[in-house]
Amino acid sequence: MKKLEAVIKPFKLEEVKEALTAIGVEGMTLTEVKGFGRQKGHTEIYRGSEYTVDFLPKVKLEIVLADDIVEKAVAAIVKSAKTNKIGDGKIFILPVEEAVRIRTEEKGEKAL
Amino acid sequence: MKIIYNFFGNYGNAWRMIAPAICITAVFLGGQTAARAQAPATTPPPAPAAPAATSTNAPAATPPTLPDSTGTANNQGTAVDLTWPAPADPKKVTMDEVIQNVAHNKVAINVVWTLVTGFLVMFMQAGFALVEAGLCRAKNAAHVFSMNFMIYGLGMLGFWICGFAIMFGGVGVGPGCFGFEPSLGQGINLLNKEFYIMPNWGLFGYTGFFLDPSVFDTAIFCLFLFEMVFMDTTATIPTGAMAERWDFRNFFIYGFWVGMIPYAVFGNWVWGGGWLAELGQNLGLGHGHVDFAGSSVVHMTGGVIGLVGAWVIGPRLGKFDKSGKPRAIPAHDIPMVFLGTFILAFGWFGFNPGSTLAGTDMRIAIIAVNTMLASAAGAVAAAIIMWIWFGKPDPSMLCNGMLAGLVAITAPCAFVNSMGAVLIGIISGILVVLSVFFVERVLKIDDPVGAVSVHGTNGAWGVISVGLFANGTYGQGWGGVHVLLKGATKLIINNDGSAEALKKFTDAVSGGYVDQGVTGAFGTLFGAGYNDWSQLGAQCTGTLTNFVAVGLMALIWFKLSNYIFPIRSKKEDELAGLDLPEMGALAYPDFQLTDATSPRVD
Repeated sequence: MKKLEAVIKPFKLEEVKEALTAIGVEGMTLTEVKGFGRQKGHTEIYRGSEYTVDFLPKVKLEIVLADDIVEKAVAAIVKSAKTNKIGDGKIFILPVEEAVRIRTEEKGEKAL
Repeated sequence: MKIIYNFFGNYGNAWRMIAPAICITAVFLGGQTAARAQAPATTPPPAPAAPAATSTNAPAATPPTLPDSTGTANNQGTAVDLTWPAPADPKKVTMDEVIQNVAHNKVAINVVWTLVTGFLVMFMQAGFALVEAGLCRAKNAAHVFSMNFMIYGLGMLGFWICGFAIMFGGVGVGPGCFGFEPSLGQGINLLNKEFYIMPNWGLFGYTGFFLDPSVFDTAIFCLFLFEMVFMDTTATIPTGAMAERWDFRNFFIYGFWVGMIPYAVFGNWVWGGGWLAELGQNLGLGHGHVDFAGSSVVHMTGGVIGLVGAWVIGPRLGKFDKSGKPRAIPAHDIPMVFLGTFILAFGWFGFNPGSTLAGTDMRIAIIAVNTMLASAAGAVAAAIIMWIWFGKPDPSMLCNGMLAGLVAITAPCAFVNSMGAVLIGIISGILVVLSVFFVERVLKIDDPVGAVSVHGTNGAWGVISVGLFANGTYGQGWGGVHVLLKGATKLIINNDGSAEALKKFTDAVSGGYVDQGVTGAFGTLFGAGYNDWSQLGAQCTGTLTNFVAVGLMALIWFKLSNYIFPIRSKKEDELAGLDLPEMGALAYPDFQLTDATSPRVD
């Protein structure tokens, strides 16, 4: 089992969700986050004074998947979240030791 | 497929719920249509009885048999409706009874108008709360709202204790213009004690403390309501300028003080028959200091208290960097600011037209139009200036621009034409932007919402603009000064209350002289018969007096009250946000606040 953490642009969320659903991903967890990478922030002016907006709003998807579907899922996210502009986000892939479905107490991939 | 099923499934449920309602509505509408279709077939209501004034044989009341949907039949009103005072015999209504009723209606219209516009002004408190809270940070929202809410009650009680007595306790004494009668009823004349240092130099009034039984009078209570809500406007302006760092206990006692002293004292000088109103008689300055609805009395007073308060209390932590350069602390809720601005603009239709204290004064139409024109011009001018300088029209400045236009037109709204109103609005929109930068960058005073610039700077501009653009068509005899023109000959008659002055005046009028209203230094550009630079002198005197007198009172108060309760919130509370430490409740407990808009504190 692997966990994907995908940080994407908020307005791409619907497309990414649909692309993942299309390849059979059945669940995901969403967090509203803020952050920056190489894109950094931008400067705005409020009542004549400049201020920087460093932390830009993003959404973070966390998806735990069976190993065989991970590559397809990554490709789907990349394809659907890409705008070719800086700030499209990142995907991190982490190993997952165990998963438990609370209701039935199933374990492992059956719990996903 | 599943989605489609759900779609219809859900809507199926909805339809089941709505269907009966639709059926009932259809039956109802059907009935209405049927009734309308039948209408022509029924006999029209009987023709109205002849007007009472000309008839001595008005019919006795007969119970109506048909409804009167146009108000021209049963409900039109006849002699039997003259119930105040009850006609001795409805069939023989006397001329005296008619006169009494007409006069009663006039006063009643004025009272209703003044009360309803006062209710509109009261609602401006909501606008102020939204604008100020929206422009501050989320971590202080409950605190800012609490101040804007409590000032309504605190100020009101202060005004009831002694503010009203100081401001209007002497409004019934001293001659105004010839033929002047109080629009709300003769009861106003019970307010008849003014303290003078010499004739015509009134300093404060002293009847009506606690609205005691000697002033338990409809005219006076009506005036109290209207002037009370005005006072609350003044009172709530500094809560914006001093927001996000004002200790709530210090604010609490401020609330009483502001209702009791500063607004009342300056207000007496201008509206209560005090010395600024009499500048025309005393020093020959136009019609005295003229402020129709309170650019100086209400707004500049609030702006000056806010300026002094914001200076005494110091800037919010992190507002200025070590070199003194201001940092931006962005608003937390722009839609709230816009909503508040609209509520204020709506309330201003009470503020300005209501200041006639008379619904029978049809000048209210001109006042209302001037008010909205200036607000539009202010918002547009501020937008364009920000666009040119910074590339984007800052939403907070759009709102400040509209409010600046409204504040500026408040004094001149009755005295200028539409060209004057738009010009005043445009200048106010530019002025508010310049003033925000001046206060922040030159004075280094932190005013989170721009209250000093909107109300102080534009309050001053508003009263001065009367002295520039007033076109002489309104305000005849204000300040007891009658300026009469016959061709190019000018005759000035002061109403000192003597019979000779009145005779001189009536002779002049019958001799072809025309009484002129308040006229500005550029009055002829706007259609006035002459240019009156002395009016500008009176306006400037009033403005300067406001700045010095109100500024001093505020300085003394804030310095002194600091010994009772410290004016400034604790540093750690300010950093955490004042909602929990001072109010015990968060404005938004269900949301995690990142405080991302707070600057670093060096």
